Parts: sequence; structure tokens; C-alpha cells
Amino acid sequence: MNEAALLTARGLGVRLAGRVVLNDVSLALEAGHLVALVGPNGAGKTTLLRALAGLIPSEGEIGIGGQTLASLPLRERAKRFGYLPQGHVVHWPLPARDIVALGRYPHGATDPARLSPKDAEAVLRAMQAVDVIEFSDRRVTELSGGERSRVALARALAVEAPVILADEPTASLDPRHQIDVMQNLRATADKGVLVIVVTHDLGLAARFADHVLVLREGRLVSQGAPAAALSEQVMADVFRISAYRAEYQREAVIVPWADI
Amino acid sequence: MSVEAVTLTNEIAARRRIGAVAALSVLVVILMLISLGIGPVRLSPLSVAQALLGIGSEVSQVIVREIRLPRTLLALAIGAILGLSGASLQGLLRNPLASPSLFGAPQSAAFGAVLVIALGVADVRSYALPVAAIIAAFASVFVLLSIAGRNAGLLILILSGLAISSFAGAATALVMNLSSNPFVVLEIAFWLLGSLEDRSFQHVMLAFPFIIAGGLMLFSQRHAFRALSLGEETAQSLGVDVGRLRLFVISGVALGVGGAVAVTGTIGFIGLVAPHLMRPVIGHDPGRLLVPSALAGSALLLAADIAVRIIPSTSDIKVGVLTSIIGVPFFLYLIMRERRALGGGVA
Repeated sequence: MNEAALLTARGLGVRLAGRVVLNDVSLALEAGHLVALVGPNGAGKTTLLRALAGLIPSEGEIGIGGQTLASLPLRERAKRFGYLPQGHVVHWPLPARDIVALGRYPHGATDPARLSPKDAEAVLRAMQAVDVIEFSDRRVTELSGGERSRVALARALAVEAPVILADEPTASLDPRHQIDVMQNLRATADKGVLVIVVTHDLGLAARFADHVLVLREGRLVSQGAPAAALSEQVMADVFRISAYRAEYQREAVIVPWADI
Repeated sequence: MSVEAVTLTNEIAARRRIGAVAALSVLVVILMLISLGIGPVRLSPLSVAQALLGIGSEVSQVIVREIRLPRTLLALAIGAILGLSGASLQGLLRNPLASPSLFGAPQSAAFGAVLVIALGVADVRSYALPVAAIIAAFASVFVLLSIAGRNAGLLILILSGLAISSFAGAATALVMNLSSNPFVVLEIAFWLLGSLEDRSFQHVMLAFPFIIAGGLMLFSQRHAFRALSLGEETAQSLGVDVGRLRLFVISGVALGVGGAVAVTGTIGFIGLVAPHLMRPVIGHDPGRLLVPSALAGSALLLAADIAVRIIPSTSDIKVGVLTSIIGVPFFLYLIMRERRALGGGVA
């Protein structure tokens, strides 16, 4: 196991309703990396993300910053993971800044109306990072999909956790906003955060990630730098497609091309 | 924009909320004075205040402090717990149509109490009544939330609420049906209509401990409701123990509604209406809605209880009947407003 790893998993397994969804996954991920988690539908990507954050019970051992996840109480876990679920759901029309301020909840700032200067600064930093200050006072329900995804990301960033887990943050966004989200996550990773992104977009994964994890039927079948992890063999075996492969501006280009 | 600017926006909103709570408190006090002044002997708010302070005529002191005060206190507390329960259920389920009465909690509590009365195991002023009501209310909310699961849509909630309240109603009817004593049946029927008439300090003592305990349990979860705005999974990732929160809300609602129903019968729709009246003023933050909704609930029930005493009619209108008559059309209006969500779309 890598000594420098921030987040590790050994023999990670998850059963949901008696079915094995995740089977013997072991990994070691480093701070400052953007990691793309890919795989066909039903491969267990979201389950892996949830298990890593300790949101669902799992077998095996998860380590975060040298501690085992199981030994940490809920509040301490919450400080270590910024979790961004699919869909950016907000059930009440709250102002964007209140949503972002909820990112400080694990730090004891449970009331956005009474933020300590330290928490207020963290909220502001997160809002500046993804450029949502201008709609600070607007209700999230009135924002466009792209704006809302940025507010959701700001909320996850405001936790200022060492790990960000984002579940399909680019789904249902137009190309420009997809790139916008990925650039924000890339910038977050460059500041030393471990960012794990679930995505179906292999092109975005190849373009932005340092490291790619490929899941198939609950098992980790390939990992490494994008071009290696998403080799022709993996594309054929796991995704059952062929892809156009190239290199542009020193990044891997992978465009899914045809089924096989 | 600086940090100061971000906190400043907060202060304006906070000031508006404090103003609203202060205004509501004043309204509740005024309604209490009016409520204490109404009856066969009409007293002005001033003489009511004097009587409360122990000055003024002895007759008015007895009328206000011994005869009318229990009724007014019950209206205050029961209105508050119903408003708080409604706001809490709406917060827990992230759903503006949630409320104790739509989920069958008061109906089930009434069944528990009716069973105790009909079986004759205890008289109507014993603690057996609220305890039975609380157990039945707990069971109903527990079953409802179990059926609804983690991400219940409006339709599932409302359909299961309908089923549970119908079942509780049928079970109550069965108890009355099987009861051999016609006087017991009559007593149950009147009491089911929901009324605050002729309540004594014994009733206050019966209901208050449960209402206060339930209220505190719900209020203690205010911040968790806010985190829950982002969904259960995200709330959990922020450190909220969602399972514990659910148990707190079910228990709090059961204690409060059970305690209330045990002394007044079913009084519906306050819990649905109160949070809705407050949202335009307070905003949608489910944590901040709790206290204003409790105050609005008090004001609504006090006003309704005043209304049943001054509306001229041949026989007494029961306050539970009045709140339902006003509450159901309001519910229909809300359904119309939430139509899109009910139709299966994403609101």
C-alpha cells in the first residue's frame, strides 16, 4: 500500500439487498489528484463513492489520512469528505449563500445566519473559487442548471475537506458547463485536494484526470494514467466499444466511436 | 464582495425574522386576552389583565383564572405543538404538504384514546388516555415513514396518509360500533369533533408534560432540517444522523399530537396551514420556520376557539370542525399549487 496515499481501501465490498454490488476493491489515491471513476451503468460507481464516504455500510477497510474510517464518528467523517451527489437536489428555495454555508455544517456552523468569521471566509472562498458570488442572494431554484451545479460544487468545496467526491457532476450540462465544472474540480485538485469524479464521459475523464479507475460489475478492473487505464483492450472488454485515440496539447483524447 | 457584505445580507433577513416573531408574539398575547374575556360574562382585555394579576373583582378573577385560563392555555399550547409538528414533518420530508393530520396522526391518537375510554380501563382524566394516544400516534407516523422510505414523493406520502387516517377512522368506528354503552358512544362522538370547552387545569396537567417534551424534541432538530434541504444522503455526508433525526421527529410529533388529542380530540390542519402562512415572511429555511410556525399555530387555534364562541349558532360549533372546514379548502389550494410536483414532474 502506498505510504503517500491520502485515501486507501482494502478489500472493500458492499452488498445491497443480498446482491454483491462491490467486490474486493483495493485502491490508494493521492492528495492533489483528480481521479475519474468510470464504468458501464450498474458497475457500482456511485456505490463505491458512497462507501468511501462512509455513507453506506461496507466490508473491508477504508483509510483516510492515516486513520481508519470506521473509527471516526459521523461529524469527523463529514469534515474529511465533500460529497456532491447526483442531480444537485435542493428541496427548498433557499438563497445560494445559505446552501454554500451548509458546507460548514460539519465544522459546527449549523446556522448560516450565525457564521463565525472563519466559516464566513471559507464560504466566501468557495463561492469565489467557482464564481457564484454574484447570485449569492438568489434562490437556487431560480438558477439555471449550470449555475446550480456551480452552487452545489461551492457547497462541497466549502467543507474544505481533503477529499471531494463528485457523482456525475457534469450530467445534463451543456459542453461549456461540463468543461467549466471539470476545470473547477481540476483547480481544486491542483490546490492539494483529492478529487474523485464519477463520469460517463470518457473524453472528459481522459482530458482532465490524473488517474482513472475502471469498474466493471463491482470490481476494479483497470487503473492508472488515462491512456493506459482506458486502453483499447479495456474499451473493448469493459465498454464494448472502439474509440478514436489521439493526443492533443499533451492530453489524451479518447472519443467513443462504435460498438463492437 | 467582501466578507462583511456577505454577513450583512444575513442581518437584514435576521431582523425581519425577529420582527415577525415579535409581532406574532404580541398577536398571541392579544388573542389570549380576548379568549379569556369571551363567555357568558364578557370581560374587556383590561379587566382580564387585571384579573390575571390578581386585582379587580373576585368574580372576574375566578372566571378568568379558574374557568377560562385552562382553555386558553390549552389553545396556546396545542396550537403551538400542531404548528411545530407540521413544520417539522415538512422539514423532515422536504415537502410542503406534510402535516400530522394528513398523515393520520391525530386520527390514530384519537383511536388510541377512544379504545381506552370504551374499554373503561381508565377514566377520561387519567394518564392512560394520553399514553394510549401517544402510542397510537407513534405507530401511525412510524408506519407512514416506513412505507414512504427514504425519498418519498408526494403521492406516496399522501396516499399512505389517506390509508392510515381511513384505517384509524374505521378502527374508531368499530370501537364505537361494538361499545354497548350509548353514553360512552355519545361522549366519544362529541370528543372526536375536537373541542376546548370546559377544560380544567387537570387537562392542562395531563397534556402539558407531553406537549412540552415533544416540542423540545422537535425544536432540538432545527439545524438538521436545514441540512436535510439537500436530501438525506447529502445531509448524512454533512454529519447529520438521519436515522436518529427521523426517530426524534416521529417521537416528538407523537408526544405532542398524542398529548394534545388526549385532552381535546382531533383538531386538524393547523399543522398544515401554519408553516405556509410563515414562509412568505420568514423564508423557506426549515430550521427557522419552527418557532414562527408554532406561534402561528397558537394564533390560529386561539382565533378559531374565539370564533366558535362568537359565531351565532343554535348549538355549539366545535373548534375541530371549524379548523377542518377552513383547512380542507386550503389543502385543496395547496394541491393546486403543487400540481406539477404531484404530476410526477420535478418541482
